[in-house]
Amino acid sequence: MRIPGVIEIVAVALLVSLTIYALSGGADYGGGVLDLLARGPRADRQRRLISAAIGPIWEADHVWLVLVVVIMFTAFPPAFARITTWLHIPLTLMLVGVVLRGSAFTFRSYGYSDREERRWGRVFAFASLVTPVLLGVILGAVASGRIVGQPVQFSDFVTPWLAPFPIAVGIFALALFTFLAAVYLTIESGHELDLQRDFRNRALAASVATGVMAALVLLLSISGAPAIWRGLTERPWTWPLFWATALAGFGGMWALWTERYDFARLFAIGEVTLFLWGWAFAQFPVMVEPDMTIYGVAAPRETLRLLVGALMIGGLLLFPSFRYLLRVFKGSRDVRRGRPIG
Amino acid sequence: MSHLFIARSQMAMSLAFHIIFAVVGITLPLMMVIAEWRYVATGNDIYRQIARAWGRGTAIMFAVGAVSGTVLSFELGLLWPHFMGWAGAIIGMPFSLEGFAFFTEAIFMGIYFHGWNRISQRAHLAAGVVVAVSGAASALFVVIANAWMNAPTGFHLLHGKPVDIDPIAAMMNRAAFTEVLHMVLAAYASAGFLVAGMHAYRLYLDRDSEFDRKALMIALLVGGIAAVFQPLTGDMAAREVAHDQPAKMAAFESLFHTQSGAPLAIGGIPDAATQTVRFGIEVPYLLSLMTYHDPHAVVQGLDAFAPDARPTALITIHLAFQIMVGIGFAMAGVALWAAWLAIRRRSMADSPWFLRAVIAASPLGMVAVEAGWTVTEVGRQPWIIYRVLRTKDAVTPMPHLAIAFTIFTTLYAVLFFTVVVTLWRQMRSDQPDPMVPSIAIEHL
Repeated sequence: MRIPGVIEIVAVALLVSLTIYALSGGADYGGGVLDLLARGPRADRQRRLISAAIGPIWEADHVWLVLVVVIMFTAFPPAFARITTWLHIPLTLMLVGVVLRGSAFTFRSYGYSDREERRWGRVFAFASLVTPVLLGVILGAVASGRIVGQPVQFSDFVTPWLAPFPIAVGIFALALFTFLAAVYLTIESGHELDLQRDFRNRALAASVATGVMAALVLLLSISGAPAIWRGLTERPWTWPLFWATALAGFGGMWALWTERYDFARLFAIGEVTLFLWGWAFAQFPVMVEPDMTIYGVAAPRETLRLLVGALMIGGLLLFPSFRYLLRVFKGSRDVRRGRPIG
Repeated sequence: MSHLFIARSQMAMSLAFHIIFAVVGITLPLMMVIAEWRYVATGNDIYRQIARAWGRGTAIMFAVGAVSGTVLSFELGLLWPHFMGWAGAIIGMPFSLEGFAFFTEAIFMGIYFHGWNRISQRAHLAAGVVVAVSGAASALFVVIANAWMNAPTGFHLLHGKPVDIDPIAAMMNRAAFTEVLHMVLAAYASAGFLVAGMHAYRLYLDRDSEFDRKALMIALLVGGIAAVFQPLTGDMAAREVAHDQPAKMAAFESLFHTQSGAPLAIGGIPDAATQTVRFGIEVPYLLSLMTYHDPHAVVQGLDAFAPDARPTALITIHLAFQIMVGIGFAMAGVALWAAWLAIRRRSMADSPWFLRAVIAASPLGMVAVEAGWTVTEVGRQPWIIYRVLRTKDAVTPMPHLAIAFTIFTTLYAVLFFTVVVTLWRQMRSDQPDPMVPSIAIEHL
């Protein structure tokens, strides 16, 4: 195997950003879904815990998405142009979701009356439900191999994504993000055992849903994304990947069942990462199926080298800052929630 | 409406919306840091209250700015896929750097806003400084990318495709310095005046509010200094435009014919059919003098450019330019008035006429910012990359763009209304912070 060049490095950076976005920003959407699902006598406390968990970090989490877009159009401009052209409609709908989720969440914290708070809360929760589905639909459509050349008629802007495979990927993403959020929230609940059990039960349900959807996506890929199916089944690492993913999935269930939440979180992070990396390696070196490889669409070397430099310097600034952010708000588990600060 | 016009309208609307939040998101952190610094230095609790009130405003503006900015980063591709496919490798760099600045801003915004009681006073103030600096850095990088569209460089053309790409040279384009300087000052001036006007209004109702007196001082300090220097940077920017984009300059001034000793047209409505400016005042030689520092210098008119290579929306460009310049001078005037009062050691809050002037000037900066972007963007047409790529060749083939345009316009109108109402309520210093949750996820 040859030494990875600058193109591979940038592609990995893109994948890492997408993974972190799924693990952080994705979980924030999952939090909104759990807000929507909040039921029973503890519904209010559940909502407050979710809002407390998302509050200080969702904007920083969200930037990973911007980073994905920026790396994409700097390093692989033709791929970006093709995706934004063909998938105009789901991208636009996703953006509406992004805008509504973020602003409704903010407005809700500033709501004056309960009614107002509830109204924005509903917008926030609904947008959190729809946006991940669209995100999954977009990734599914990119993998499907149906966006080739130039779109000619209006139906070209619809059929590639309004199809069983992309939609299944969308629901899969929703289940996955909800699962992640529920697992994180078991830890966030700290010593509030009743809340912790609520989120544990939801995490268990979501992990079953995730498994079912993963199987369905795999089956649908046979006809809906043949390149992915071949990539997943015909490579030397196929079986290790399947076993590792299954292990993470069942490991997560076991850890939740036995209330080992730190383990559950590790397994959940592992599961999401394996799904994403499995998908990426299945279509490697293709970026947009079936014909755009990372080598074919990469920007000139000069641009890529500078981008890698910027990513490294940026990373040196970012990761300590992120750690600081999480540390500042981590030592706070004993502080009562919901109290106005200051 | 044509397909291209709808695409341009959606881009214009998205930018016009986002720029307000961007501008306030750059300036409010600076003001809030100054207030907090005064609190740390003097121990006067009122400064802390001001910092917190502005911090709340920043949080709202930043949230909406963050999501509307995300929309823009996608819209570059959604509306102009050929532009991004063509130029991504050249100008992706400043956008990447902007991404990191935005990242830093978001992280420290979270720390600042949610961390009042969580970290030491010094660390908190430092977090605020990081927010203010990274906000300004974001503006720097984004405006650099826009400047490149006006003065493209850092590549060679080969069969219509860019080769020998040099992203650093692209960032160092000739328009970058003046455009960035002009925009950063515009941000401080417009948002500074906007906030100053709100506090002036409250002082007008209650002259004894110590909170508003001090808030007004800081807002005018930031907005006023920027406003005084803004005409200078505007002059620099205009001369740069005359040098690199003479067709745009001719459209600013509605100069139809190339001539030496060109006059400056103040006001008026250009009439393309008769090639004259009606109802305007012409000051002889002034345009030549201002542009080239020589009253007899030759200034290129619109007739120096092929009809398909020069802007056509002359009325829009000319009026927007006049509005921007007029407001710029008016704001500089109010700023000088404030300086004069300060030098004479008179209280600004006790001069009702001064308060009225600040209230009147309050929304003007935002109008000028919008007018300024109209000038630079409409003035560049028909090019998306000046003299390299036409806007019509960059637009998406996606039909029915009017639907997305309608959706986003409605959405932004609702958001705008909500933000205004929320901010108005939050301005009152006695409001507690929202039920901000004080616990956070520790994932990652």
